[in-house]
Amino acid sequence: METMKIHDITPNDLPWKIRYDASRCTLCGSCVAACSFRAIAPKVERRRMVFSEGDFPEPKTRFSAIPVIRQVHSIKNYCRGCGICEKVCPNDAIGPLRNVDNRHSIVTRCLAGDSVKRGGRKNLESTSRTLDRLRVGRISQMTDPSLDAQRHTFDLLAPFGRILPPGKLPFAVGADGKLQTTGQSPPVRWIYPVIIGDMSIGALSWRMWEGVAMATAYLNEECGLPVRMCSGEGGVPVRLLKSKYLKYMILQIASGHFGWNRILKAMPHMTEDPAGVLIKIGQGAKPGDGGLLMAQKVAEHIQAIRGVPKADLLSPPNHQGLYSIEESVQKMFLSMNAAFKFRVPVAIKVAASATSVSVFNNLVRDPYNIVGGFFLDGIDGGTGAAHEVSLDHTGHPIVSKLRDCYLAAVTQGRQGQIPLWAAGGLGKTGDLAADAFKMMCLGANGVFTGKLILQMAGCVGNDMGRCNACNTGLCPAGITTQEPALAHRLDPEKVAQNIVNYYLAMDQELKKLMAPIGNSSLPVGRSDALVSTDRAVAERLQIQYVC
Amino acid sequence: MCRIGAIKSLNYVHPSQALLLMQSQQKGHDNSGFAMVMHDLGGIFEGYKHLPTLSLACTDEGLKVAEDMLHAAGFQRVLQWVPEVNDKPGLDINAMPNYVFETFDYPKHIKKSSQKEKEELLLDMRLNLRAALEDDEMGFVYSFWPDVVTLKEIGDPRDIGTYFNLWEADSKFTARVITAQCRQNTNYDIVRYAAHPFFLQGFTALANGENTFYQKNKEFQRKLHRGYIGFESDSQCFLYTLHYVHRQLGWPLSYYKHVITPLPFEEIGHRDDAQELQAIRQSLSHLEINGPNTIIGVLPDNTLFTCCDAKKLRPIVVGRSSDTVVFSSEVCGINEILPDRDWETDIYPNEREIVVIDNNLEVQRWKQ
Ligand code: SF4
Ligand code: SF4
Repeated sequence: METMKIHDITPNDLPWKIRYDASRCTLCGSCVAACSFRAIAPKVERRRMVFSEGDFPEPKTRFSAIPVIRQVHSIKNYCRGCGICEKVCPNDAIGPLRNVDNRHSIVTRCLAGDSVKRGGRKNLESTSRTLDRLRVGRISQMTDPSLDAQRHTFDLLAPFGRILPPGKLPFAVGADGKLQTTGQSPPVRWIYPVIIGDMSIGALSWRMWEGVAMATAYLNEECGLPVRMCSGEGGVPVRLLKSKYLKYMILQIASGHFGWNRILKAMPHMTEDPAGVLIKIGQGAKPGDGGLLMAQKVAEHIQAIRGVPKADLLSPPNHQGLYSIEESVQKMFLSMNAAFKFRVPVAIKVAASATSVSVFNNLVRDPYNIVGGFFLDGIDGGTGAAHEVSLDHTGHPIVSKLRDCYLAAVTQGRQGQIPLWAAGGLGKTGDLAADAFKMMCLGANGVFTGKLILQMAGCVGNDMGRCNACNTGLCPAGITTQEPALAHRLDPEKVAQNIVNYYLAMDQELKKLMAPIGNSSLPVGRSDALVSTDRAVAERLQIQYVC
Repeated sequence: MCRIGAIKSLNYVHPSQALLLMQSQQKGHDNSGFAMVMHDLGGIFEGYKHLPTLSLACTDEGLKVAEDMLHAAGFQRVLQWVPEVNDKPGLDINAMPNYVFETFDYPKHIKKSSQKEKEELLLDMRLNLRAALEDDEMGFVYSFWPDVVTLKEIGDPRDIGTYFNLWEADSKFTARVITAQCRQNTNYDIVRYAAHPFFLQGFTALANGENTFYQKNKEFQRKLHRGYIGFESDSQCFLYTLHYVHRQLGWPLSYYKHVITPLPFEEIGHRDDAQELQAIRQSLSHLEINGPNTIIGVLPDNTLFTCCDAKKLRPIVVGRSSDTVVFSSEVCGINEILPDRDWETDIYPNEREIVVIDNNLEVQRWKQ
């Protein structure tokens, strides 16, 4: 008997075990070739076979070496459960099985002396979300007839930009009895209330990015939905900066300042203004930690766009050199606004945290009138890479934080002046329209979403911790990788088509929700339209409790 | 559903006309109240147009509290009219012990002040009175303003008319503009303050409908002006928006419609005044109304107007003769008041206009 080595890694230590049926396997090799994580490998086994050749049983034994597929027992090449092997196997001979007894989080740290890093949340506690405990409860009756989602017109648009209070509008009554504009107002763009969230061109494969950009253009130009896409931190290809499609793009500047040199240099050559600028102070998916772009994903074109060498790139949790929210807002906003000559709205994105309401209160009183939006990002979302400990254990859920901000604005009579945008796990169940609608009733002007966009594109991950390998550069779906072979698995046209179709369906569903509560514009602040069967939720959000 | 109506005439009109106008639409309401506001007063009030009149329903105790407060503030009573009531048994009415209409001269210290300062004082006085009389429902202060009286009661309009002896027309109690409403209480508690028309600083508004943006409107309006209080009915929001847009912001009345029912963005984009309309829409989105509504309003200069929600989900019709214009939810109301008019000239306002009647009874239709 072999000596037992207790510290050896076996599949039982890993989150997924491979189910393999040698009798069905034809050894075509497809699964091994397709597994981007190298989590399975061919191996030769010595097998004993008993056989009989004559008319009467005359058992003989033969030993032979036969090839099989085996799971790799390695903490580096562990199986992510992505199921690609199963997808490509012609004989249903292989596939992953979740291993509830795994010791992965312990052995990884023990062996590597490093923290576990992951791409995307696993949301293992996601059985019931706050949003799912809310219902749209106000249904119009005879006295306030409901609208007809098919026949009536609806305005599904949300503001991006600083909105002046009515008393501050630069109006004078002219001789003809009409109001005339006598001064400047901050720029405001009315856009589709669901923004494609900030995923950088380094985080996504170039084909994925192209697919999303294509979908955005198609939604705008063919479907009449003014959907905007946020570039994420990491810059934008110069060709896009100079193209007419820039007008659909919200440029993000974050703590790493990646790519901004190029953007500034391209400014004189821009033929269109960008849709907006989003300054990222914090992010809910990895609050206080900063995003990680692992060296594996820093391909040559990424190095060029960001102006960096091939190394791990960290977006620091805060803007180095800025010491307060006031200072950072003032500096960045003034410089960004000045750069685009005050034609482009500038918004700010923070992580939902204990202090986000204070930050919002601060901004609402902003004397410069330049904060064009408050993007609030809660846990539960997230595609980016970060240390597992941050992803799993830090941050606030979005729902109550968003509500707090809205109610803070109500208390000051300033609702709507800084549009509220919220994200973080919206659309997790697949129904983004319902989540977006409820968030609006609670006070959001619009929402943004990232991870769901990946899932529209064909991401095989799910919220139960499947795959979550976006950080490794080995995305088996070609979505979050810069490996040419893997990226080529993705069909950008199909990505665009899926996103466009999802948006069209969602648009229809939003109207289906707006009609019965009698709204032809977005239901921002219509908390009276929501009810909850959970008393705690109802009290916390100040909505009606029903049972 | 409520029924609403308004009469504007070159001659002084008695409230019995308003009762007739509303009674013919009986099927459309449930007797949960009748209320009216009279502007441009005739009869006993005619000589006091420049002095404020208090409209109060109260207990004996409430009356004493109110009068003490007014005297303490320096107001001197110059006229008092207490309607003689006919408290015969069996009337469907939930009456208060006293109905008082008193006209006051301004306190000495403010006599030389500007009109604006006087108007602010009148508002403060009414708000203080209301707050003081709120305990134990000692009284309800509906208006305190020159040339305006308000009567509100809970019960069957016919019986309310009988109780106040309003069926017999006389020349003592008349006005050139009368707005009236009969209620059907659908959403909120039956309280006296919830009965339309609502009044604030010379502005009167009443509505037939449901304001689905009540919560939004209310949350926003609360912070806009000290006079925006109560919110006993979702229709109060229309008054406050009217007051805010026209008086506080100083915008022409034509913009009221752009605030409450803004044009779709696409249409705004095609207009010459797109910049202004867009700024209004984004800045005042919390004052939009989105439910089914017809609104009737009166301005401080006695201009009468009506407009509807953006989808025209509630009825209104305007009929006229040479000296009278009548607004009514149902045409049967106008038939009652102006049986001989040329009904072919009746106006059925559409969802994109304001119909305005000036003091010469000229009818204007302003396209939104
Ligand atoms: S499930 Fe995915 S990671 Fe696991 S072996 Fe199959 S292809 Fe590889
Ligand atoms: S994007 Fe790629 S790596 Fe990330 S979870 Fe989806 S399939 Fe896996």
